[in-house]
Amino acid sequence: MPMPEWLRIRRSSDAGVSDAALWTKCPSCSEVLYRRDLAANLDVCPKCAHHFRMHAFDRIASIVDGDFTEIGADVLPLDPLGWADKRPYPAKLEADRQKSGLTEGVVTGLAKIGGFDVALGVMDFYFRGGTMGSVVGERITRLLEAARSASLPCVLFTASGGARMEEGMLALMQMAKTTAAVTRFIEAGNFMLVVLTDPTTGGVSASFAFQADVIVAEPKAMIGFAGRRVIEQTIRQKLPDQFQTAEFLLEKGHIDMVVDRRELRATLIRLFEYAAAGRRVTGSNGAVRTVPTGVDTQ
Amino acid sequence: MNPIVDREKGLLELERRIAELRSANAKQPVDISAEIAALEAKYALIQREVFGELSAWEKVHMARHPNRPTTLDYLSQLDRFDELHGDRQIRDDPAIVGGFALLAGRAVVAIGQQRGRDTKENLRRNFGMVTPEGYRKVARLAKLAVRLGLPIITFVDTKGADPGIGSEERAQSEAIARCLYEFTLARVPIIATIIGEGGSGGALALAIADRVVMLEHSVYSVASPEGCAAILWGDAGKADEAAAHLKLTAQDLQRFGIVDEIVPEPLGGAHRDPVGMVGRVLEVVATALAGFDGQSADEILEVRYRRYRRLGAWQDGLREVGGAVP
Ligand SMILES: [Zn+2]
Repeated sequence: MPMPEWLRIRRSSDAGVSDAALWTKCPSCSEVLYRRDLAANLDVCPKCAHHFRMHAFDRIASIVDGDFTEIGADVLPLDPLGWADKRPYPAKLEADRQKSGLTEGVVTGLAKIGGFDVALGVMDFYFRGGTMGSVVGERITRLLEAARSASLPCVLFTASGGARMEEGMLALMQMAKTTAAVTRFIEAGNFMLVVLTDPTTGGVSASFAFQADVIVAEPKAMIGFAGRRVIEQTIRQKLPDQFQTAEFLLEKGHIDMVVDRRELRATLIRLFEYAAAGRRVTGSNGAVRTVPTGVDTQ
Repeated sequence: MNPIVDREKGLLELERRIAELRSANAKQPVDISAEIAALEAKYALIQREVFGELSAWEKVHMARHPNRPTTLDYLSQLDRFDELHGDRQIRDDPAIVGGFALLAGRAVVAIGQQRGRDTKENLRRNFGMVTPEGYRKVARLAKLAVRLGLPIITFVDTKGADPGIGSEERAQSEAIARCLYEFTLARVPIIATIIGEGGSGGALALAIADRVVMLEHSVYSVASPEGCAAILWGDAGKADEAAAHLKLTAQDLQRFGIVDEIVPEPLGGAHRDPVGMVGRVLEVVATALAGFDGQSADEILEVRYRRYRRLGAWQDGLREVGGAVP
């Protein structure tokens, strides 16, 4: 489906996102920002470059060439544990659907980026904190399967508080399920790229996020296994501000690069060029060979 | 502290008195066997009352019981065990023990989390909470097993992966993700047994397997009941309620298709007969392994893939998939 039409349909029901207020304040430098200016700058503060958390649809619009063909849109959540804490799980899901305009915590599909056909998955922190339940696991698995059968590179944007508690062990098992899909995708010779955005923790960071070939992160994104609060409670002291940021992980050697959102699309395209240049292809006799073709700089 | 330990106190006292009376009875002219029989009946009644049916939260405490058999209790009852150490990079994590072993005459690689059996050992083994070095040791041993064609057996017993500063600095996420990756692709049969507490991703790192076995009162959970209650109710005191919600018992997980086999425990828990318990579990593991004899690695991997591919509960159009509601 052409991008503008797809976006219009998806957004028609999400009054909460479209225009809650005209102005917003940057949490980092306190500058008061006109929302439309902020959106035009990819949700990056023009004054201090603070990266606001981005909605999945805005992210997709910011990164693809044009069209986006959604995969797994029919995969929707159930309530396998009959969960209720302060509110029943189905009520929480409904509230987040209203708030975010999303049906679940990840949007997956096929698109072109810089002319490259790619499989693209974008998690959204505004739906259940981007937690991974059965639907997130199933959609990512289907995306990787589609990418594998078409030998497409895959790029996943993560934003997640970890496994979704309301689905209990079925949520934890999504770590195993997505891993299974990643292994088949990567072992078949395909290129997997992950962009870690704020925040990425727990079951998502400890599964497919850190299994990618190349790992990019957005500036100042909080990334780790254990949440900051859990660690502070365990060690009974305050953690330094820098701890678990993208820059910290870069210094420690956990990730490949930290990229400003405004440079991200160009960076991804360059990475796809390298992956395509050394593309493993199957010859007519079924043998896998590596074909160095050089980087096509368009 | 542990309500199971508290409850046992009265029973242990009764046991002591029965034993005393028995030895006195043998020496005395007056027959008190009727009195002994009455006490024994009372003991059996209380034991059934106290341990006959455990709630999810009680099972959590049973799984954490200080005397519950730990990984080393299982390893020491194998025909042979030769421990291998270290991640080849930074250090040897004592919260993981692993190495070559013989199980019912079969050479295997055995790996498990090891919590301490007393305070001193708990400090040394970090309460069974594994650091990245431990998970890298696991991945190394798994790869070694594959290269030599040895089956992998694991024993899971951890509150969760270590949540410390050092573990974050040394990429805990990547270390766990690496274990998941290696276990998924390991071209040998894998049998995982949840012997105590299976805490979240730190437990799953040793539990991607072709057959998952669980002790009757072991638990396996996406989050600790305390942590879950703190997050969802803002009150860690609601952990008992959270435990019931989380569906973390062996019985629940078997219904979800996450656990294949449950090994019964003696009344009062595995620690009441540790040697017998360990023996029965090792027998179950040996039998499970024998079931893979004659299967090719490709077959095993295909079935393992499908096992995890189907897990979850979702709606697909009008069709509901998975998630048998217990
Ligand atoms: Zn700012």
